[in-house]
Amino acid sequence: MADPAVRPSAGTRWRTVDIVVTAVLGVALGVVFWAWSLLSNALTPAFAGFPPSQAVLYGVWLIAAVVAPLVVRKPGAALFAELIGATVEALLGSHFGTLVILYGLLQGAAAEVAFALFRYRRFGWLQALLAGALSGVAAAVLDFLNYYPDWTAGWKTTYLLLVVASTTVIAGAGGMLLTRALAASGALSSFGAAGRTRV
Amino acid sequence: MAGPAAVRLTGWGFRYATRKAWAARDVDLRVGPGERVLLTGASGAGKSTLLRALGGLLPLETGDAEGELTVTGSSGTGIVFQDPDAQLVMSRAGDDVAFGLENTGTPPAQIWPAVDAALAAVGFPYGRDRPTAALSGGQKQRLVLAGALAGGPGLLLLDEPTAQLDPPGGDLVRQAVVSALADRRATLVVVDHDVAAWLPLVDRVVELLPGGGTVEHPPGWRPVPLRLPVRRPARADGPPLVTAVAAGFTHRGSTSPALAPVDVVLPAGRTLAVTGPNGTGKSTLALLLAGLRAPTTGRVVAGPALTAGLRRPDREPARWRAAELVTRIGTVFQDPEHQFLTGRVRDELSLGPLRAGSGDADARRRAEELMDRLGLAALAEANPFTLSGGQQRRLSVATALATRPSVLVLDEPTFGQDRETWAELVALLAEQQDDDRALCLVTHDPVVVAALADDELALGAPVGAR
Amino acid sequence: MSAPLTLGAARPVRLSAVNPVAQLTAIVVVTVVLLVSGGLVTPLLVLAAELTLLPAAGLTSPADVLRRTWPLLLSAASVAWVNVAFGAGTGGDPWLGGLALAVRVVALALPGLLLAVSTDPVRLADALTVHWRVSTRFAYGALAALRLVPLLAAEFETIRLARRARGVDAGRNPVAAVRLAAGTGFTLLVGAVRRGSRLATAMDARGFGSGLARSNARGSRLRAADAWFVAASVAVCTVALTVGVLTGSWHVVFAG
Repeated sequence: MADPAVRPSAGTRWRTVDIVVTAVLGVALGVVFWAWSLLSNALTPAFAGFPPSQAVLYGVWLIAAVVAPLVVRKPGAALFAELIGATVEALLGSHFGTLVILYGLLQGAAAEVAFALFRYRRFGWLQALLAGALSGVAAAVLDFLNYYPDWTAGWKTTYLLLVVASTTVIAGAGGMLLTRALAASGALSSFGAAGRTRV
Repeated sequence: MAGPAAVRLTGWGFRYATRKAWAARDVDLRVGPGERVLLTGASGAGKSTLLRALGGLLPLETGDAEGELTVTGSSGTGIVFQDPDAQLVMSRAGDDVAFGLENTGTPPAQIWPAVDAALAAVGFPYGRDRPTAALSGGQKQRLVLAGALAGGPGLLLLDEPTAQLDPPGGDLVRQAVVSALADRRATLVVVDHDVAAWLPLVDRVVELLPGGGTVEHPPGWRPVPLRLPVRRPARADGPPLVTAVAAGFTHRGSTSPALAPVDVVLPAGRTLAVTGPNGTGKSTLALLLAGLRAPTTGRVVAGPALTAGLRRPDREPARWRAAELVTRIGTVFQDPEHQFLTGRVRDELSLGPLRAGSGDADARRRAEELMDRLGLAALAEANPFTLSGGQQRRLSVATALATRPSVLVLDEPTFGQDRETWAELVALLAEQQDDDRALCLVTHDPVVVAALADDELALGAPVGAR
Repeated sequence: MSAPLTLGAARPVRLSAVNPVAQLTAIVVVTVVLLVSGGLVTPLLVLAAELTLLPAAGLTSPADVLRRTWPLLLSAASVAWVNVAFGAGTGGDPWLGGLALAVRVVALALPGLLLAVSTDPVRLADALTVHWRVSTRFAYGALAALRLVPLLAAEFETIRLARRARGVDAGRNPVAAVRLAAGTGFTLLVGAVRRGSRLATAMDARGFGSGLARSNARGSRLRAADAWFVAASVAVCTVALTVGVLTGSWHVVFAG
């Protein structure tokens, strides 16, 4: 006999658990962002030969923008999670300062576009990879304005491609795998992402 | 405000949207205004589900309900859950009690008097500005109770409120409940694994049956005493496996030691229980003896029986490679989830042997053997994180046993477990006392000490043999 | 880790008297101005003004200041160095250009740091919801999650030790170290999501999702001093811009 149909979680309204878990993801990943920032600083000399290559590290900072929407499946999840993550990073003392919050907002907004294009109804590989790529574009453009206004067009193009490759792979694919691992651990039982079938 | 609530359930049942089985079924229960009822029942009988339903926390999309459930005369419901850290919202005590009042739109002028009254009712000994992070578990849970009571609820629901507390913490919470409900202004329904401690405080005991249905226990009912394993004679002349010599530990940047210097011997074939109040460094001592942390004063040394085969036998256990450590000293942490590394029970059990250098076939055989012995065979492919609390606990002990260590260190192995799991664990640990193995148990539980320990080290008090 | 894993002020400092939304407004003003400003003079003047606020934020000894700012200084140095060594250059002295960028990075970051060391997150949430009408559910939901940070930090160490007890350590292998850290982080995340879900249930049990209009027990007041604080930030930026333009140092960054 077929399973009784499972009711979808009530549309686009944010439940308390959606808000808190998105914020928790933001907070936890914010700590990771902060540690990653320190690490990337320490690694700067390793990329000294060709500074744009440091862009390969970028994906980690954008993971919240992919994981949060995949988990809670609500409009604005990417934005909210990136905002919280960036705020935590800033509060812990990031070298990017409050600017990081602006980054978080724009990266989150760019990721939202990927999910909005599918009216927040599909949360698969395509949306995850697209969200990673789009937020990478936003981040790279901000970097040009803030840090590397003097770079040549060639360097900028290389940098953009490397950032997008990194964010598509690490944030997009990595975010999807992380969400699946979380679901497998049963931690997402309050969410649709866990696959709402009766067991 | 309305008075205490009356609860009435008739043929009530609930099934979560993600589950095929009913979490609770055929529940018939009547609780009169101001009554105090203790709900008992094995794990999985649906106690927590019932409390959530009474608290209005199972909205339509969570699953299907059947039968009837009514709560009448209530002016709101207060709920206290197990983990205080998953209930405190604000960073200061007063703000946290005010949180619920703010949510219901109480005018600010009325909030602070209500907060002070609630803090006084539970006997909270500090001021409103006390940071919640600086509180002990028992005081945190008192604060949670104050938050639940601040709105003047007609129904108070307690879901294992003392399961994560040490005995003094549990007493604090029970005293607070008694004093806050002395005037019977609220009806009380409590679920807790420590049945004996609540019996004198409640009017009735109702048991939920696992397959569905309820049984009302007669007045004067007592739980069946737990069956303890037969004690084996302890070995008297075992060689020392691990010895701590004036070993103490102070966290970096801290001025007061987490563990004052202490001498401990773990001889082969004996079991040591480490007891004492919270804050005396019991868990820290366990980490030192387990070779996970190096003492900041004194030394922890391993005896020749343990260091045989080591690349550098002169080194302290804290400097051994992890793969060397795991075949010699096994450790079971308080929270099993902290130790899980893989996505399957089977892999979890073969991981240790593989790290220690066993071949694939050997590791697989060892995993099968342990799963059979510990009743985990049906769960071989399950994700360890999805197991029940009792199953997780058994698995974490099994992972430590997988590499056949001669020393086993366990931090609060029976903590927060229900009676069935408790009995299973004690029996399992009694089995490990054979083979000349040394056991070190950190525990608050006097029955565990009585059942298993050959020696007891009460931190904060002189060492004595039992 | 020597960096402070605590959020917000341990005790109120003089700067705490300024309402968080006034501080945020000033941060927006400074950020917008600096984002479009190139050259050394403008960021340098803004930075000088910011430095005068350090004592008010309780950062009086050089050791305190350094403990809070070392990641920032490190990064500013690396940005400067990258530009000196690799900046394709639009003409001008590369050293001066690098220095200007470094000063700008510090001047952009410092206001956020001042806010962080002087502001209790609860006051921030109060101010945002009272004055800027930020959704109370999102503001206090985020606040509840923020409270889990110190718990996560303590748990990280326990999980690390628990892994060693399972026979897993990295030794001197950096790849193994990264894998170990990732695994530890995952366990931490599972625990955090679980605890967050339970926290949400507990909040709902206390009427958080009830849909009633929420009241605020502490309140948040704007005083004349808050207006002066914002006015001062505008004045500092105006002076810095004017001097920058007059000395010929200023140029629009976006124009490249």
